[in-house]
Amino acid sequence: MKNRSLISINDYSKEEYIKILDLAAEFEKNPDQDILKGKVIATLFFEPSTRTRLSFESAINRLGGRIIGFTDATSSSVSKGESLNDTIRTVANYSDLIVMRHPLEGSARHASEVSSVPIINAGDGANQHPTQTLLDLYSIRKTQGTLDNLNLFLVGDLKYGRTVHSLLMAMSHFNTTFNFISPVELQMPNEYKIYLDNLGLKYYEHLDFTDIISRADIVYMTRVQKERFSDPIEYEKTKNTYVLKNTMLQNTKPNMKILHPLPRVNEISVDVDENEKAYYFTQALNGVYTRQAILASILGLQ
Amino acid sequence: MNESKKLSVSAIKEGTVIDHIPAASLFKVLTILDLESLKSQITFGTNLYSKNLGLKAIIKVSNKFFKDNEINKIALVAPEAKLNIITDYEVVEKKIVQIPENVVGIVKCVNPKCITNHDEIVTRFTVINKSDVALKCHYCEKITDQAQMKILK
Repeated sequence: MKNRSLISINDYSKEEYIKILDLAAEFEKNPDQDILKGKVIATLFFEPSTRTRLSFESAINRLGGRIIGFTDATSSSVSKGESLNDTIRTVANYSDLIVMRHPLEGSARHASEVSSVPIINAGDGANQHPTQTLLDLYSIRKTQGTLDNLNLFLVGDLKYGRTVHSLLMAMSHFNTTFNFISPVELQMPNEYKIYLDNLGLKYYEHLDFTDIISRADIVYMTRVQKERFSDPIEYEKTKNTYVLKNTMLQNTKPNMKILHPLPRVNEISVDVDENEKAYYFTQALNGVYTRQAILASILGLQ
Repeated sequence: MNESKKLSVSAIKEGTVIDHIPAASLFKVLTILDLESLKSQITFGTNLYSKNLGLKAIIKVSNKFFKDNEINKIALVAPEAKLNIITDYEVVEKKIVQIPENVVGIVKCVNPKCITNHDEIVTRFTVINKSDVALKCHYCEKITDQAQMKILK
């Protein structure tokens, strides 16, 4: 992985995922190391994403690296009409690695082709967010002890959610059984179902969020966003249907854990937070270790 | 009884005849092959009856012979096109077009949020389905299918 950009989860093999997860486990044991001392990392956030940026900056700081960058495009030359090509070529002169978030899809791939230093994609529009997927894999493996043969429930917006699409692609390497729970308007796109069919993996679709989750090893919740609905009445009907409440967890498996990429709105009741099956805040912490592992791998420092 | 056959588009002495183009794709083919900038004589006919295609188009280009990689680009919009290479009014060679593995700089990505539709970037696609043409964008990873395909000029 040395000097190779991380753009799309689909560029990596199962073995490469495992390598990063193993390294992340090492960082969890010993998160404060000086291996990035003397390195300058650029964090270019062409659109704001406080959570992802802080996670990266925490990872970099804990490894002793220094950070340059901007937190939204209005404070950079982009607002003067500079092309992405020019911004990246310039910043590549000032840094050893670039972490970038951009609203346009394919922007990170383009950046990796013009940059003289490696790029980490921290989200390109609705396309890819590979570090999120890797931290999801880390969280699943850590809580279940394995990634193989699990029953994964994906709940909420399965149509537009880039997180669930990338997670599906990554988990398809591990003989996963998939369950999709979503309103009709937000069902998993056909291309992903065809992909699973071709691999011979099982998946089940449900419209109702019921005690079907008693079969789950992992329940992965996502936000149902108002702007995704063409009909506002449909949204009003839907928004309270796909909400996970503490009472629904009674018959779930003891090993079951609830994940969520955050930020949460109302799709997980606050009363779930105290349940030991709630894992989403620890999942966010795992993001720091996973990003430390990714930075160290790409810079060849592990 | 002999059925006499009159050519809808008159014959050429030397050059290339591109036949079996779906009528709807005629202008796309002209654009892809950049025939607009060609100085030699070009004749074409469209909305001609075809048993296989319904309505077809035909293009005859005098004194022009295409390279394979040049002509294969039209397979995206005219997968059944057939080429006749003409020398002295005779067909000396017949060719069919083949859909390439990769498509560079011809097609516009259907995704309005794709970086290629905002910055000056040459589009690049992998052909993921050849029979029912589908292109996967190298940048945004979205699929552009035949119905959505726009040819860049």
